[in-house]
Amino acid sequence: MDSSAKLIMGRRSNEPFLWLLFSAGGVVAAMLLPIHLFLFGFAFPLGWLKGPSYESLLALLRHPVTRFYLLVFCCLPLFHWAHRFRFTLYDGLQIKHLNELINIFCYGGAIVGTAVAVYLLWNIP
Amino acid sequence: MINPTEYVPKCYYPRVSTYWWVARWAYLKFILREVSSVFVAWIVVVTLLQIQALTRGPAEYEESQKWLASPLIVALNVISFLFLIFHTVTWFNLAPKAMVVRLRGKRLPAAAVAAPNYAVWVLLSAAVAWIVLRS
Amino acid sequence: MANRITLQIGRYHPEHDPEPWFESYEVPSRKEWVVLDALNYVKDHVDGSLTFRWSCRMGVCGSCGMMINGVPKLSCATFLSDCAPGPVRVEPLKNFAILRDLVVDTSDFLVKLAKARPWIIRKVEKPLDEEYFQTPEQVDAYKQFSMCINCMLCYAACPVYGLDPLFMGPAAIALAQRYNMDSRDEGAGERMDILSQHDGIWGCTFVGECTKACPKKVDPAGAIQQYKLTASIEWVKALVLPRGAT
Repeated sequence: MDSSAKLIMGRRSNEPFLWLLFSAGGVVAAMLLPIHLFLFGFAFPLGWLKGPSYESLLALLRHPVTRFYLLVFCCLPLFHWAHRFRFTLYDGLQIKHLNELINIFCYGGAIVGTAVAVYLLWNIP
Repeated sequence: MINPTEYVPKCYYPRVSTYWWVARWAYLKFILREVSSVFVAWIVVVTLLQIQALTRGPAEYEESQKWLASPLIVALNVISFLFLIFHTVTWFNLAPKAMVVRLRGKRLPAAAVAAPNYAVWVLLSAAVAWIVLRS
Repeated sequence: MANRITLQIGRYHPEHDPEPWFESYEVPSRKEWVVLDALNYVKDHVDGSLTFRWSCRMGVCGSCGMMINGVPKLSCATFLSDCAPGPVRVEPLKNFAILRDLVVDTSDFLVKLAKARPWIIRKVEKPLDEEYFQTPEQVDAYKQFSMCINCMLCYAACPVYGLDPLFMGPAAIALAQRYNMDSRDEGAGERMDILSQHDGIWGCTFVGECTKACPKKVDPAGAIQQYKLTASIEWVKALVLPRGAT
């Protein structure tokens, strides 16, 4: 296959934008997800630690800083997943010819997840 | 691509197997690292579900806590936790490759760039735990 | 009684073979012999039709790359004693079309290497009697990437190169970075236009096998990640200052 014909000189790709999102999401996932899973996935539900009461947790959640923090917490790791999973489908399952469908599923999924997060965090009673 | 002629017979074009990633441990480790992103997405989903339960009232929140304590979800979250740690460790160990940090003309060794990441991880985790537990 | 070792060597005759097959040869395993010595023994004493590339026999020319027990290696740098007791499986370099026996078609790599513009690009050449000066730090910035001998072991190790025909591949990108980081070079923008194409460098998922396979410690994986970061910074700059600096 004459690959040289396909490497056309031209405008630079916008792939860097997706890679930056992936990297940012990777950092957030690496730094913050483990402790959140430990506290909210194990320690509180299984009673290892005394968790905050319903009221105090809701009060914490109402704070605008917490809402912004949680927005970043949910949005960036989803884009990290989208980018990484897209390439896993390309290379792992060798279905790169379906790349349009894959892109819609991955990045679309991340956008939907972000929209859900925005909706939920906006509408805290 | 070489067009076959009388003097240059056809080449053999080997095809990559669908299971190329099983052939070597290094490739399998790589695919596992990439698959960790699925568990990252799962934890975000769990977090969104918890936020939703919290906003719907104390009864819903109690339900969500019971759901999180159910054996299937605990098992899934244990696997997720292992994959999250795998992501964290591989991420911090690979970060130095992308960033060349020079001090007094000499490039810093990889461990010197990875170590601050681990330190920040511990500090941030402690800060989050403190904020949540103190409330 | 001399030591002997069995080699299972990939054979392929394009004139009459539908696909490659293995032939076993038992060769002496002399002290300090490498796989290349064993191949030359086969060619000299057993089967003169065995076809393979080699040249310097000391790990600097990059000609003798092949798969030895499934790992891309230089045959002149792989000791038979390390493969003992054998059998040693010798195959042509992975991810390349096979021309004959252990010889592969390297033209795809050469095309991609040329795309990386691996030479000093200057807007205005200095006159011949003027030197370029570089401090040790400036040399250090690109020295590691300049050690590449174009042996293509990294291409054989890279799963993305095997799957994606548009991917530039580790060595080409590392060599582009070698010139980008050279203080004498002014061609970083020109290379960026070619390399930051969709698939040019962005197919890389940092598997890292290329760095493991490299016999000269070039660290192409590191070069590619650094280049991704540079390309991303350039992208942000272009966004923020559309008519600004290159």
